[in-house]
Amino acid sequence: MSRILIVAEHDGAKLNASTAKCVSCARSVPDAEITILVLASDGAAVAAEASRLAGVKTVLRIDRPENGHALAAILAPQVAALAAPFTHVFGPSTTFGKDLMPRVAALLDAPQLSDIMAAESATRFRRPTYAGNAIVTVEVDAGVKIVATVRTASFEAAGADGTAAVETASADVALPTHTRFAGVSAASTDRPDLQSAARVISGGRALGSADNFKLIYGLAAKLGAAVGASRAAVDAGFAPSDMQVGQTGKIIAPELYIAIGISGAIQHLTGIKDARTIVAINKDGEAPIFEVADIGLVGDLFSIVPELEKLLTA
Amino acid sequence: MKRILVCTKRVIDFNVRVRVKPDGSGVITDGVKMSLNPFDEIALEEALRIRERGGAEEVVAVTIGPADCQQQLRTALAMGADRAIHVVHDGGIEPLTAARVFMKLIGKEQPFLVLLGKQAIDDDNNQTGQMLAALWERPQATFASKVELTETTARVTREVDAGLETLEVDLPAVVTTDLRLNEPRYVKLPDIMKAKKKPLESLPFAELGVTAAARVKVVRTEPPAQRQKGIMVKDTQELVAALRKRGVI
Ligand SMILES: Cc1cc2nc3c(=O)[nH]c(=O)nc-3n(C[C@H](O)[C@H](O)[C@H](O)COP(=O)(O)OP(=O)(O)OC[C@H]3O[C@@H](n4cnc5c(N)ncnc54)[C@H](O)[C@@H]3O)c2cc1C
Ligand SMILES: Nc1ncnc2c1ncn2[C@@H]1O[C@H](COP(=O)(O)O)[C@@H](O)[C@H]1O
Repeated sequence: MSRILIVAEHDGAKLNASTAKCVSCARSVPDAEITILVLASDGAAVAAEASRLAGVKTVLRIDRPENGHALAAILAPQVAALAAPFTHVFGPSTTFGKDLMPRVAALLDAPQLSDIMAAESATRFRRPTYAGNAIVTVEVDAGVKIVATVRTASFEAAGADGTAAVETASADVALPTHTRFAGVSAASTDRPDLQSAARVISGGRALGSADNFKLIYGLAAKLGAAVGASRAAVDAGFAPSDMQVGQTGKIIAPELYIAIGISGAIQHLTGIKDARTIVAINKDGEAPIFEVADIGLVGDLFSIVPELEKLLTA
Repeated sequence: MKRILVCTKRVIDFNVRVRVKPDGSGVITDGVKMSLNPFDEIALEEALRIRERGGAEEVVAVTIGPADCQQQLRTALAMGADRAIHVVHDGGIEPLTAARVFMKLIGKEQPFLVLLGKQAIDDDNNQTGQMLAALWERPQATFASKVELTETTARVTREVDAGLETLEVDLPAVVTTDLRLNEPRYVKLPDIMKAKKKPLESLPFAELGVTAAARVKVVRTEPPAQRQKGIMVKDTQELVAALRKRGVI
């Protein structure tokens, strides 16, 4: 039997959607018993939410004032202290998990598998490399504890009809003071969250300015879509960095993805490959984005986007 | 001496369209252009700027890999690194082993700052910096888009899913770089000539006393699933009709 510990991602009040995807990944490991670990300053609400995820046996809750912000240097020793009885330790492949899990792995002297997209057995997993151009199947030696981050775009969220027991745990470890949270500037928005939205509209370099990028927001509002951007658009300051989609930004899997004025560089495509329907709007009929698009439209975005908006209003 | 260590990896150039070998044993590397990992160029650039501002006295570029890696270390020297260390090792190496090697170099070099890329664009692991920080029992500030140093601390802005987070960490520390930290300088021809005279030390991996634990084996490499060829529409009306037909709006 596999015993899988999942480190919950949350903001202190609510569970991040990525945790339910980690649960689905863990459930795809044969004969797995799943435990979720909630590290918080007051984890009552988050632990209760985690306990409802289908397929979870136990939720462990550690409340410590130091856990008020998710700092890897603070959380990793606590995760490592609890990891002994587990065969696997999973976290999401979000910036939270990417930051934390390798630190846990090193403390456990365990190898880490990043971005796992499928479990073929308890020791054999598939993951993307080279910006998704090569998918590798890896086998970990028997008896070796496995730390992994889960590629959230590869898994559906687990249902919310579970009834796990919540237990209070404690990790008797000294926590460092060398790392201090100094603030976060979140682009506060009432738009849907990029990583869990069913529809995403992204703009690229072709938008030309932050002001023009408002065209994308307008269309997104019409469709109730989240907004993304290519690296070029972010680098140029048209959109904030948390909107970047791609190999080094967010990997997403919406029902509908509309790429506007984006050429389709391999680093961008790797972030959208799992979208159900991809639409490309680009004035260059030869742009590589059309190779992956389900529906393509060649033309000038500055006339197409306003037209589309009008059609969708009518 | 106030020293910065920069970990730089040789990888297939980001412009190359990587192809899987027909027998599934890996990706094609013969005759393929190799470069410094783009994130490591950014790490090196940051180290150079810190030195140029007077925040450090020496920048040392280090790499682990086969003999050919010297080319990329020469590029790092041409960019402006003062010296380079090449830990010679053939074949792949797991991130935890790489971190153990870097620990040995930290022991010798006593840097106040170690800069790495957030990920190497070959294996896309995004692990080594975090592992190194754990082994060193020092702070980590990953995915940095801004680094401000004082004598004893670093204030680092990080690109996280929610936006931009700022951490204050005590030095020494590990920082991993994101794309928007800086734009690396171009190497000029005279610098390439000068780089030939800069010290490049080679250390056989075996001499470092690190065991190359290989606990993860790649059993198969495959190309990704291809998407079905789509349709082209001629105007926005057709586009909306096609979206309705697919039931996505
Ligand atoms: C290490 C590394 C990591 C990277 N990670 C990412 C990543 O995570 N995400 C990412 O997106 N990129 C990433 N990139 C960058 C990537 O290689 C491309 O440079 C980038 O995606 C290009 O953005 P773009 O398509 O907006 O710009 P361009 O490639 O310049 O494309 C602009 C497109 O707009 C079209 N266009 C111009 N005017 C109009 C108009 N009026 N109407 C319609 N179409 C128009 C053009 O035909 C062109 O196809 C990375 C690169 C590196 C080296
Ligand atoms: N073999 C290596 N030689 C030099 N630096 C490396 C090596 N492997 C990893 N690194 C550093 O660690 C970073 C992250 O790599 P990875 O964890 O493999 O994605 C890279 O950007 C480099 O800075």
